Amino acid sequence: MDNSSLHTALSRIYPPDRLLTNPAQLTPYESDALTSFRARPKAVVIATSQSEVIQTVRLCHQLGVPFVARGSGTSLSGGSLPCADGLVIALNRLNRIIRLDPHERLAVVEPGVVNLEVSRAAAPFGLYFAPDPSSQPVCTIGGNLAFNSGGAHCLKYGMTSNHVLALKVVLPDGEVIELGSESLESTGPDLVGLFVGSEGLFGIALEVTLRLIPKPEAYKTVLAAYRSLGKAGDTVAQIVACGLLPGAIEIMDNLAIQAAEAAVQAGYPLDAQGLLVVELDGETRIVEAEFEQLMEVIHASGAYAVHVARDEADRQRIWKGRKSAFSAVGRLSPDYIVQDGVVPRSRLGEALVEIQRLSAAYDLRVANVFHAGDGNLHPLILFDGRQSGALERAEQLAGEILHLCVRFGGSITGEHGIGMEKRNFLPVMFSEADLQVMQALHRAIDPDQIANRGKMFPA
Amino acid sequence: MPLENVTVTRYNEIQEVIRSSSRLAPRGAGSKTALQTTLSSVTTLNVSDLRGVLAYQPQEFTFTALAGTPLAEIERLLAENGQYLPFDPPLVGRGATLGGTVAAGLSGPGRYRYGGIRDFILGLRFIDGHGKVVRAGGKVVKNAAGFDLPKLMVGSLGRLGVMLELTFKVFPLPPSYGTLRSEFQALSAALDAMLHLGRLPLDIAALELIPHANGAALYIRLAGDQQILPSRLNRLRAILGLKDDEILAGQTEHDFWQEQKEFTWIEAAHTLVKVPVTPRRVVALDKQLAAHGAARRYSAGANLAWVAWPGDSSTLDHMLEEQGLSALAVLGANGQVRLGRQVGAAFEARVKQALDPAGKWLAL
Repeated sequence: MDNSSLHTALSRIYPPDRLLTNPAQLTPYESDALTSFRARPKAVVIATSQSEVIQTVRLCHQLGVPFVARGSGTSLSGGSLPCADGLVIALNRLNRIIRLDPHERLAVVEPGVVNLEVSRAAAPFGLYFAPDPSSQPVCTIGGNLAFNSGGAHCLKYGMTSNHVLALKVVLPDGEVIELGSESLESTGPDLVGLFVGSEGLFGIALEVTLRLIPKPEAYKTVLAAYRSLGKAGDTVAQIVACGLLPGAIEIMDNLAIQAAEAAVQAGYPLDAQGLLVVELDGETRIVEAEFEQLMEVIHASGAYAVHVARDEADRQRIWKGRKSAFSAVGRLSPDYIVQDGVVPRSRLGEALVEIQRLSAAYDLRVANVFHAGDGNLHPLILFDGRQSGALERAEQLAGEILHLCVRFGGSITGEHGIGMEKRNFLPVMFSEADLQVMQALHRAIDPDQIANRGKMFPA
Repeated sequence: MPLENVTVTRYNEIQEVIRSSSRLAPRGAGSKTALQTTLSSVTTLNVSDLRGVLAYQPQEFTFTALAGTPLAEIERLLAENGQYLPFDPPLVGRGATLGGTVAAGLSGPGRYRYGGIRDFILGLRFIDGHGKVVRAGGKVVKNAAGFDLPKLMVGSLGRLGVMLELTFKVFPLPPSYGTLRSEFQALSAALDAMLHLGRLPLDIAALELIPHANGAALYIRLAGDQQILPSRLNRLRAILGLKDDEILAGQTEHDFWQEQKEFTWIEAAHTLVKVPVTPRRVVALDKQLAAHGAARRYSAGANLAWVAWPGDSSTLDHMLEEQGLSALAVLGANGQVRLGRQVGAAFEARVKQALDPAGKWLAL
């Protein structure tokens, strides 16, 4: 397939301003938030209607051209990295909220709708969309769906998958299908469940029916500072042991605290070695009762400073620090890799000690931010890409952390997905037989492997 | 191997049976009578001896158990450690197993608060149509590696493979419960009250509707600290402006929800059918069901109708097809299992072909 005939065919679907082919236009699409991977696509098309997406997929199928669907490009696993010989279908402008039904508590949206926009639209009805990845002011629902995005509130509220009711999808061969329904319940195999988190390998979602839930009546957000990271970790175990189910339990280490504080002045204590953020949410009476219980645990936990969010603005400030931690770490180092492994919660302490040991051995600084309630680690490995071999060393260290997570009985990814970055680690977690079944499914849906080619499975 | 019912306990025995049989159907405790196959050409693979909890660490909020483990055993173990399965698995009293509940894709009243069985399954080991042992998902509460086969198995009716081990997420068990029952003169009024409650920032554990000849009863269940339950229940009454209501507590309360989970309200000769719905469709559906003499109860904030169908299921099949609803027969005489409109059938067929190319398991 030569470039000019592809362009000719695409120009029948897209006006010139939405068909990008010259190098200067393509450069911004060469990578996503995982900038160490780059590839220049043949072209980028900016779709504004479902019909354009369907026509484009059909054309790709006909011509055997691989395509990558892209929202805001916030993937941390290289999930929307283009194929060098393929097309990028940009979906940001396919961003209508088609319907919002407060009675049935659902929203039907197109894939380019930004995560936070759903909650904004639902707010007048006292509802919101629960999954809250740190990138929620920019990341899109299509990307959340493809990578089963999480956030800080997953233990209690689940991931994206737990909030998707139905889908309209264009499969890689151009067939348009519907999955699921508006009901919370279903019959037959859970096909929506299978589609969510399939990393774009099963095609492109054109319409997504999301479940909305009532915004909690009250929040209590507590910051507790510790002289050691281990103490912060032990407190998580104690909170869980007393029967509480907080909406979020987060931990940051000193390096992450420094970075976040420098970036957004969240009011974090700069000398803390471990900072615990615990948030209770729910009915006011319940939260009040649970808060007493939580404070008993925290006061006995050896925290040297405790701060309770005074009001919603204070609460938002605390969360802003946490949610900007990744980008804030960029101030400390020219480059960094974010990892997303999961370990059993009770082994968090051990995992952190091991990460510190690896950090020393590789002579690379590692900042730690994690969803402690889920055992979901986010070690940020800092390096200077201008130094020869630095990226390779950082990647090696990242790989060791992934091995460690699997050895501890966890997972190589909690919420960022496998994408490009971890595809060679999938066999660390799964056997040959396990992978064969997944690949058989992949072949059944996309025999030519044109949808997000090269992701998830080992090269 | 002759066509006989085989009870297996070890994985290699199961693999052997799968390789040597042309068509199989797994069976647990057989609690969901309508889902049993009576076809003489099908080997029943009885996995009810595949039982026991393999791993349980309360502080992790997870356990792994063999698929044939009775839920009663699991619920007992969890309760001893102050935990539970928040989706309230049904038919536990009839011996329902963990694997059978996944295969049928059933959740009870508690699914309203934190989600259904699909939202709590984390990982599994199963044997596919090639006879290979396959693992998918994980054993930790959060995992996004690979395709989500654990969710795919929910509702798969044992027709995509036989489940061996399952890992689930669990939550802390609420210390106490209280239920407010309120009578409405029309189902639509009860639905309106229910929808109103559903949008308020209240932690409601379960929300069920029972229509009857003179209207409908709305049951609102709250869970949590015993001391604040009375004030929370009073708040509900105030919100709804209730006069004709009753608070259920203690054993009475427990018994009511037990009846909901065990379907003791169904006549033995009737077929229990699960029909996913949305609140908006309930009134029209209810009218039709009533006209056919079917008893029915609406669960999970009217996202699910449990229907006791008195007659031939083909009538119900047509009726649901017309309304664009799907359904699953759960209890009763063996007959048509999946009723009404099947969404995503073409995609499902591709999935089936990939996992079971030789058609070892029954057709979906």
